[in-house]
Order: sequence, then structure tokens, then C-alpha cells
Amino acid sequence: MSEQSAPGADGSGRPSGRLLEVDGLRVEFRTRDGVAKVINGVTYHVDAGETLAVLGESGSGKSVTAQTIMGILDTPPGFVTAGQVRFHGKDMLKMSPEQRRRIRGEGIAMIFQDSLSALNPVFTVGFQIAEQFRIRRGMSRSDAKKRAIEMLDQVKIPNAKGRYSNYPHQFSGGMRQRAMIAMSLALDPEVLIADEPTTALDVTVQAQIMDLLGELQRERQMGMILITHDLGVVADVADRIAVMYAGRIVEEADVYDLYAKPAHPYTLGLLNSIPRMDEKGQELRTIKGLPPNLMNIPPGCAFNPRCPMAQPVCREKVPPLLQLGRGRASACHFAEELVNRD
Amino acid sequence: MTENIIEVRDLVKHYPVTRGVVFKKTIGHVKAVDGVSFELKAGETLGVVGESGCGKSTLARVLMNLEKPTAGQVLYKGQDISKLSGGALRRLRRQIQLVMQDPYTSLNPRMTVGDLIGEPFEIHPEVAPKRSRRDKVKELLDLVGLNPEHINRYPHQFSGGQRQRIGIARALALRPEVIVCDEPVSALDVSIQAQVMNLLEKLQAEFGLSYVFIAHDLSVVRHLSDRVAVMYLGKMVEVGTEDEIYERPTHPYTQALLSAVPVPDPTVRESKAIIRLQGDVPSPVSPPSGCRFRTRCWKAQDVCAQEVPLLQIRRGSDHPSACHFAEKREIVATHEAA
Repeated sequence: MSEQSAPGADGSGRPSGRLLEVDGLRVEFRTRDGVAKVINGVTYHVDAGETLAVLGESGSGKSVTAQTIMGILDTPPGFVTAGQVRFHGKDMLKMSPEQRRRIRGEGIAMIFQDSLSALNPVFTVGFQIAEQFRIRRGMSRSDAKKRAIEMLDQVKIPNAKGRYSNYPHQFSGGMRQRAMIAMSLALDPEVLIADEPTTALDVTVQAQIMDLLGELQRERQMGMILITHDLGVVADVADRIAVMYAGRIVEEADVYDLYAKPAHPYTLGLLNSIPRMDEKGQELRTIKGLPPNLMNIPPGCAFNPRCPMAQPVCREKVPPLLQLGRGRASACHFAEELVNRD
Repeated sequence: MTENIIEVRDLVKHYPVTRGVVFKKTIGHVKAVDGVSFELKAGETLGVVGESGCGKSTLARVLMNLEKPTAGQVLYKGQDISKLSGGALRRLRRQIQLVMQDPYTSLNPRMTVGDLIGEPFEIHPEVAPKRSRRDKVKELLDLVGLNPEHINRYPHQFSGGQRQRIGIARALALRPEVIVCDEPVSALDVSIQAQVMNLLEKLQAEFGLSYVFIAHDLSVVRHLSDRVAVMYLGKMVEVGTEDEIYERPTHPYTQALLSAVPVPDPTVRESKAIIRLQGDVPSPVSPPSGCRFRTRCWKAQDVCAQEVPLLQIRRGSDHPSACHFAEKREIVATHEAA
């Protein structure tokens, strides 16, 4: 884990320091129908000022990892069976609920995908932001309101003062997402987890929101975990990428390396299957088959039934996530061959 | 073949906004579709793109004759579909079918796949006599890449992509000429999305189908469409071949939309010039006067507030655009990715 840490291979002079580390995390969901192994040994980290994109399709475990970090995993049915989540080196999974509560908001904050269901419909947007200042900072009502209006202003909501007393349904989708950002940044967190922050938005609004997030992140030198399935958004904003499949990280790399030369057949398949604006007419190269049922993950490499490169060894041995140098890692038996091909 | 299968003329669909419960008063109209004209040729795919609220789904509903237009006409081979009734309407419905966005809510969870796909035959028994129905359904399942032996399964036993295939099989059952696809792949994961798009292309080649393909994802639309229409707030702002729209857009909205599409290639990050639109789409209840895009447009002049720009071919361009100041502009980096 530690060799891989050498930060600033890009020499950007960001403050060093590992903010958040997820280490060997395993989570399972115990349901009536059986045990679903949702996360099977996930390891990643975020430093100050950097953006880590966690990329994966539905059911790959990217959101559950985030929920575990935030301590909002539904237990039951979800149970952490192994691993650590360290914030500034301390394992949060061993902390008391009170200690964890103090980290939430100030240490790590989260933006959710669906802003309409994440905001409380019976309180005004302003109240929901101001509430944090009153409870966590002990501010008076009027001071808290002033700060909340400042926050709304910072996320570029026009007429922030007038908008303070609006209810969530009076905001458009893009504005609600801005309000959510204001709320999550209110206590100046060190790490921001953005779970599909723009998936429900139109492209022009998506561009606005991603810009805003980038700007605020640079200002505050936050570490950001961007959870998404959109390879386009990732290419625009990420520094590093972790690709997840069936509850494991299958590839980790610098954003440029990953797009130029994926080191895992799943990543390659994903990149091939996006319709591109610059290519038309030819049939899309798809990944055949379906993602595995998490109650019954295939033996060996979980991707082997869908993999065009699969060999007998892939059905027997689970490939470990091996370092390939330059901060790259891949969990494929044939990673070297993939990277070295031309 | 250049025969027009569907012709839409000045189509308008307004929904009343009412206030009060007992004494309902109409206080305005949502102008969902407000004067749209286009034609669909045999065997072609017409892509319709636009952001939420631009009226693309309302358009689909009117094309399917699920809603009566407020004004204007939809002609199917020269016949006004809103004037048909009884047997004639039923015969028309056979020819135009719909694939819906959400494969989770558009399939009845209490019906087996066999019943779902076979249901159209109940209404149109002339297509398949009762005895041969199950064989027909199995054929259809095979055609869309599902296992024919799963005919007795229920929708919940399938994944999202498989369910969308069921929806497509159902739309194909009556051998229609036109399929209206309303966001058919937007609920699916990337790897599955590609499978379904390939299937749609294969079926088109096999049966000579015409598609109206409605989506908000511009790269998906480009991949499948022969011609593309861009909608904004109930109006079409630009229509052209896939090449004309994507390589030589002339309407500022199209240009902004294209520039905002994230390119899956980090190396163009720096060189990309995204046109930032300010603010949100105005409410369709009271759209801006003149050009509807003027409130967010960087080119807006006085004339834009006074005169509604017509969708017509303008100087220096080869395809219709509804902008007083239509001109070409390089949309950097959308097409120079490696």
C-alpha cells in the first residue's frame, strides 16, 4: 500500500498527507435469499487536493463503499466483515458513533445523486443549511442565516437572500444540486464524496456543476472522491481513477494512463463500448454477457465469463491487484501483456 | 427510398394549468410542443435531442396518438392520425410502436414474458392465429437475443438490459413500420447500452424499420441517427443530417449543447472550449418572447426578443436553423479525440 503512495508524481506541490484510506474493506449484505458479497477487498486512498474517480456500473459496489466511509450503511442488511477506513490514520470503523458524527460534515461530507430525495421537503433550503451552523458551530439563528446565505452565494445561486426561504421543490434540478453542494461544504470538509452528482442533470447544467465543484475544490484544497459511471465526466475532472467490478478494484491508474492504455480487459471493454462523437457507423464493441450475481460470484476472476482474454487460470485463481509501477495497478493475470501491447 | 412515412406539420401541444378544485380556472398553458414540423422517411432514423422539459417526450406521445394535438397534424402516409377512429385507428397503431425508457415500470410485473410479448396479438389477432402465438413469441425472444426457453419467466427475473430487450420484442411483435424509441438506453449501464444499441441497428437493417429516436445523450443519438433534430423549449431549433448537426452546427444552442458533452479522453481537457450557458431553461408556461433561447444566448440582440426566428436554411449554411445569427462555429475537440 505504501509504495503506491508516493504522491505528486505529477509534482503539483499539493500539501502532502494521506487524508482518507480505505484498506481491504469487505462488506456483505445478509438478505433472506442469501449473502451478497457486495465489497470484496477494496483499497483506495485520497490525498488533499486530488480527485479520485471511482468508476463502475450499477452493482459494482462504488456507492456502498462511500456509504461505509460515511457510516451510513444500512445495518442490517449490510455488515462490514473486514478492513479499515482510516481518516488521518485513525480507523473510523472502530470509533464511537459520537466520534464519527464529529467527522461527518467537518471531516468528510457527501453529495448525493438525487437531490430531491436528499433534501427534506418540509424545511426551507436555507434552514437546512443554517441548521448545521447552529448545531455544530453554536451560532445564533441570525448569524447562521447570514452564513447560509453566504454559502448559497458561493455556489452561485442567484438572489441567494431571496432563495433562502424557498422549499426544495421550488428549485430546479441544477439549483437543488447547488444547494446540496452548499450544504455539504458548509462545515469546510477535508474530503468530499460526490456520488453521481450530475447523473440526473442535463449536459449543460452538468457542465456548470462540475465546474463549480472543481473551483470550490481548488479553493479549499479538498480531497474529492467522485463516484460515477460516466467515462466522459471522469476524463474531464479526475486525477486518478479506480475502476470497480463486482466489489473489487480491478484497475487503478492515473487518468491519462488509463484512457491511453487500460491494463484490465474490463476497462478496455468499457472504453470500447461508449458511442463516441467521432466514430459513427461501425458496430459498437460490446462487453458480452451481464455483471455477475453478487450472491454467486464466479470462482477465479469475477470478470472471466465476460472476458475475451480468459484462460483456464482465470477460472481458478483470483488475480491480485498488482502494482505495475507509476501508480498503476491491475487485477488481471495478463495485465503486463495488456499494457505492453501496442 | 425517400417516401415520407410520417409527416408532422406545425404540431402544437399545450396542457392547461388550472387553479382551484371546484371552480377550475385555467390560468395558463404549458407549451410543451409549440409548432414543430418534420418528416420521417422510410428506413431512416431521426434522432431528437434536447434537455429535460424541451418537449421531446410529449412529441413521442402525440406521434403515438396517445395525446390529441392542440393544433397541427401528424400524417402517417398522408392520413391525419388524430382523425382516425375504430378499426382504422387500430390498424394504424399496428404500424407505429413505442419502446419506453424505463424497463422497470413499463412491464407489468404480474405477467410472464410470454404474455407481455404476446399481448399485442390479442388485439391484432390477424397477425398471428392463437395456435402459433407461443412460437411467434419464442421467435421474437430469439430475435432480440433472449433465451426462448425463458418464456414463462417474470420481468423481475431479468436484468435491466434484458428487460429493455423484452420491451423491444413487444414493440416488434406486430411488425410495425415505425418504432418511436423514447430514451431507450438511458437507464442502462454503458456496457449494456452498447448491446441494446447494436440490437436496434441490427433490427433496423433486418426489417427496414424507421426509428424516431428520442434521447438526451448526444453521442448515442449520433451513433444511431441519419438525421438529427435539436429541440429547445417546445421548438425545433436546428435540423440536419448527423454530419451537419455535429460537425457544422449553426444554432448557438446546438453549439453549447455539443460543447458541453464530456469527451471520454483526458488529453483534450485543456484544448476544449466549453460554452457555458448561464442559468436554467425558462418555464414553458411563459416562454420568452421572440427566440426562446435568447435569455441564455451570448449572441442575443434586440431583434431576438421581437421576432421569432424561423427554422429555415440561412446564408452560409446548408441546413435549417432557427437563429437570426446562425453561423458555423468550430466545436473544438468533440471530433478530434484520438
